Amino acid sequence: MAANPMYQFNVYRIGPEIKIGEIDLSFTNASLFMVISSLAILIIFNLGAQKKNIIPDKIQLLSELSYTFVSKMISDTAGSKAKPYFSFIFSLFMFVLFCNMFGMIPYSFTVTSHIIVTFVLAAFIFIGVTIIGFIKHGFGYLKLFVPSGVPVVLLPLIVVIEIISYLSRPISLSVRLFANMMAGHTMMKVFGGFVVSLGIVGGWLPLSFSVALTGLEILVAFLQAYVFAILTCIYLNDALNLHH
Amino acid sequence: MKKIILLNIFYFSFCTVAVKSAEKGGMPQLDPEFWVSQIFWLTITFGTLFLVLSKFILPRISQNLEKRRLQILENIETAEKQREQSEKNLKEFDEIILKSKNKATEVMLAAREKVVSEITKKKMKLDEDLTSEIQNVEKEIIELKLSSPKKINFIASNLTNEVIKRLIGTEVNESRVSALVEQELKKLSRGTNGI
Repeated sequence: MAANPMYQFNVYRIGPEIKIGEIDLSFTNASLFMVISSLAILIIFNLGAQKKNIIPDKIQLLSELSYTFVSKMISDTAGSKAKPYFSFIFSLFMFVLFCNMFGMIPYSFTVTSHIIVTFVLAAFIFIGVTIIGFIKHGFGYLKLFVPSGVPVVLLPLIVVIEIISYLSRPISLSVRLFANMMAGHTMMKVFGGFVVSLGIVGGWLPLSFSVALTGLEILVAFLQAYVFAILTCIYLNDALNLHH
Repeated sequence: MKKIILLNIFYFSFCTVAVKSAEKGGMPQLDPEFWVSQIFWLTITFGTLFLVLSKFILPRISQNLEKRRLQILENIETAEKQREQSEKNLKEFDEIILKSKNKATEVMLAAREKVVSEITKKKMKLDEDLTSEIQNVEKEIIELKLSSPKKINFIASNLTNEVIKRLIGTEVNESRVSALVEQELKKLSRGTNGI
């Protein structure tokens, strides 16, 4: 059973079954890791925010560097108008990052390797950004689909392409994160399985591969969280500063 | 050869693993059994995270950062002020040094002048004294010079008288002797240009 590389993605109930009507809201291992990630973020940043030293110590420096990192990322990609959305993007980045990183612990569960989780996040971002766009620009937001400087002949085609690319944003955003996480963890599991099946004689090669893959996966975990956050910033930039 | 065998083993084991997973129903991600539960818990955890971060934690971090920024700005300002003050002090110090140097030169010059004038005064007085002394002495010499021929005459005639008295044993007329002596002396002084 454990040899199945997809087994690690199984969701199972922890504790009693919670049902409201026909809907199953049971606490699962996925929920557990969501709670763990959120709590870890809250504890670390609360510790960092409590200290008010002029010269920061380690934990304070960590939280302040994260703050300035995300803040710089937002101002670089979406400009100063995106400041009110800082808290959201910070939470998003940290949540995805911590879920990815907790997933790297052996026998843990990767929340972000489930399409439903990433899709809900991406859909929320997509709907939110669209609403912000329409509030800021009214129906002028539809100009987003009509790029300037395009020959009139090509315009119908371009508009269709732009609309499709806009509508596919939540899918690309969610599938990118989900697929990266799932593929990485599956691959590590497969190589781990090779180590066991090839035994002490031939197991060294997949083992060294596993070690290298662990490093790569930690990088991917950070990178995907960063990409997720920065794409959110870019979508937000489209909604806030209509350039077309 | 070994490599090919190894690769084959990899390939077959991968295939068996894949087949096994396919038998189990493939990706658990696509099983909608716990989708609603996941959405529900995601909303709760992420919502709580967002609320707590945005209401309590992030404002404090931002305050800290702002406080540090202000503190640094203040420190820079203070440092700038102190630098200006020290530059000012340095300038004042230089001025004071320059002034005191000038004053020292002045005092030195005045003292030198005073000393020089005193020296010249004393020198002049000394010169005057010396001149008057020399004049006095010269006068005395002249007087002596003037009086010396008479005395010499007198001594010479007396001497001649005595010599003659001892030699001959007779007194000679004094006036004649002195006339003779005078005559001889004149001859002598003419011969030696009257020393």
